[in-house]
Amino acid sequence: MTTRNLDIETVRHVAHLARLRISDEEAALYAAQLSKIVAYVDQLNEVDTSNVEPTAHPLPLMNVWREDNPTPSWTPQQALQNAPQSQNNFFRVPKVLDQESP
Amino acid sequence: MTVATKVRPIIGLEIHVQLRTRTKLFCGCEVQTDAPPNSRVCGICLGHPGTLPVMNRVALESAALAGMALGCEIARFTKWDRKSYYYPDLPKNYQISQYDIPLAAGGTFEFDVDGSPREIRIRRAHLEEDAGKNIHDTPGCTLVDLNRTGTPLLEIVTEPDLASADDTYAFCVELQRLVRHLGVSEADMQKGHMRFEPNVNVAIEHNGREYRTPIAEVKNINSFKFVRQAISYEIERQVAVWEENNDYVIGKASNENRGWDADRGVTEFQRGKEAAHDYRYFPDPDLLPVQLSDETLGSIRAQLVERPVQRRRRFASEYGLSMKDAETIVEHRPTADLFDEVIKLGGPAEIAGKQFVNVWLKHANDRGVAVTELGVEAARIAELAKMTAEGTVNKTAANQLADAMLTRSNCPSALAKELGLVQVQDADATARWVDEAFAANQQAVSDARTNPKKMQAAIGFLRGQVMKLSGGKADPKLVGKLIEERLQQP
Ligand SMILES: [Zn+2]
Repeated sequence: MTTRNLDIETVRHVAHLARLRISDEEAALYAAQLSKIVAYVDQLNEVDTSNVEPTAHPLPLMNVWREDNPTPSWTPQQALQNAPQSQNNFFRVPKVLDQESP
Repeated sequence: MTVATKVRPIIGLEIHVQLRTRTKLFCGCEVQTDAPPNSRVCGICLGHPGTLPVMNRVALESAALAGMALGCEIARFTKWDRKSYYYPDLPKNYQISQYDIPLAAGGTFEFDVDGSPREIRIRRAHLEEDAGKNIHDTPGCTLVDLNRTGTPLLEIVTEPDLASADDTYAFCVELQRLVRHLGVSEADMQKGHMRFEPNVNVAIEHNGREYRTPIAEVKNINSFKFVRQAISYEIERQVAVWEENNDYVIGKASNENRGWDADRGVTEFQRGKEAAHDYRYFPDPDLLPVQLSDETLGSIRAQLVERPVQRRRRFASEYGLSMKDAETIVEHRPTADLFDEVIKLGGPAEIAGKQFVNVWLKHANDRGVAVTELGVEAARIAELAKMTAEGTVNKTAANQLADAMLTRSNCPSALAKELGLVQVQDADATARWVDEAFAANQQAVSDARTNPKKMQAAIGFLRGQVMKLSGGKADPKLVGKLIEERLQQP
């Protein structure tokens, strides 16, 4: 079994990408925990897959689609009922800086 | 400082085109630009736990149709991927997109720049969902409207084959014509249906060496004019920076994202590409892959129509239309369809073309409707063109007839008789009008005979008088000929 260690820098990088603020202690803790998870998944590398087609989806199904017919949406009140903050039927969130389109 | 003498711009584009569907890409919420905030949302487009997206068949087929029209190969097998993205305008924290197997790839697309043909390679075109809108006007917070979240977009990526801001402008306009012609997008710029991200750099030749400046990607431009301005600005900026510092080249300086500031007419640095996001794509387990059979692809291909660029060229070469008139007619597919029908019904191409643009399209514009909504059918348009070409009516009478045809459904030949607009080919009658006009306008006759300075004006005046006496029914050619002859006589 191969093991890969996730270093603290990688954990910080991933946390930054996910916009999560983590403490030094947390970074060390997650580095150890995530390393274990990656090592567990790495067991899959022991299987010889050289003759196996890549799988796009575990279910043996394709082409599930719907027609272009509208269904009722929620009301703004329903949409916003779990939002911590809202204003004039908008979600209200902390100021977004450095906005980028996907 | 070095002066760059030979500069070759290298330009490619990423374009987002909003597809014309009634509902979103993965849920049944209506796509509606002007709905009240957060009134076109549901658990799926809000990314609530336990909900599952289901693909919109029309969006997939529209995207495939557009891909075919762009000359691309359509993937027989494709799938959905998640692109990690952390802004509140996409609350799932990922965008559903297509990563390694785009729906369409490897195309070429033709367009014209001032009548000369150009070609651009299309690297890929894939489907993805749009984000919502973050509104930043309130101090201290951001307000989010998620109505747009999940709207189907076709992302088109070109190769960097464009060589100038003008070529890029022409390509963008042609792409708008194409998607409108196909009916896959309204491509309304005001509504943000087309968004452009040009990537620009320049190759500079200096002392037998070529220098390439780093690539700048200008984000999210929503007008053709700004595309052209942003590219022109970038070309100048990059050359100027290189002239100051020859190390401003790929490999030594980093590529960057820039934003277009329309008010100041400049692009502004946003971030270096080294800091670009690591999107960590992976297959979306919530969505099933798509396999397109020959049958499905065949039925989509059957919806392909002649591309506007080809149609324009055909109108010019086959019908003898000017490029400008061809462009005007082909701008709108039903209009171009109507014109094809007019020609098929025997409208003589050249006169029919001029009349179509100068009379019928003008009436349509004056009324703010499409020419197809004027209530004048192809058969009557063709007949009027034929009557004009054959000299049954002159141009002035044709215009009067057109006016009448707008309010009455009779055929133009019947209307011409009823309204007394049939051109008089009778030489004797025309000669009498000429005699009358000469008798009543001695001064003009004398000017036309003896005063070289006033000759042309005097002849024109006499011609007008004869036409007036004929009630507009005389044949202007015959009138001109008889006036010439009469002037030669003492
Ligand atoms: Zn929805």
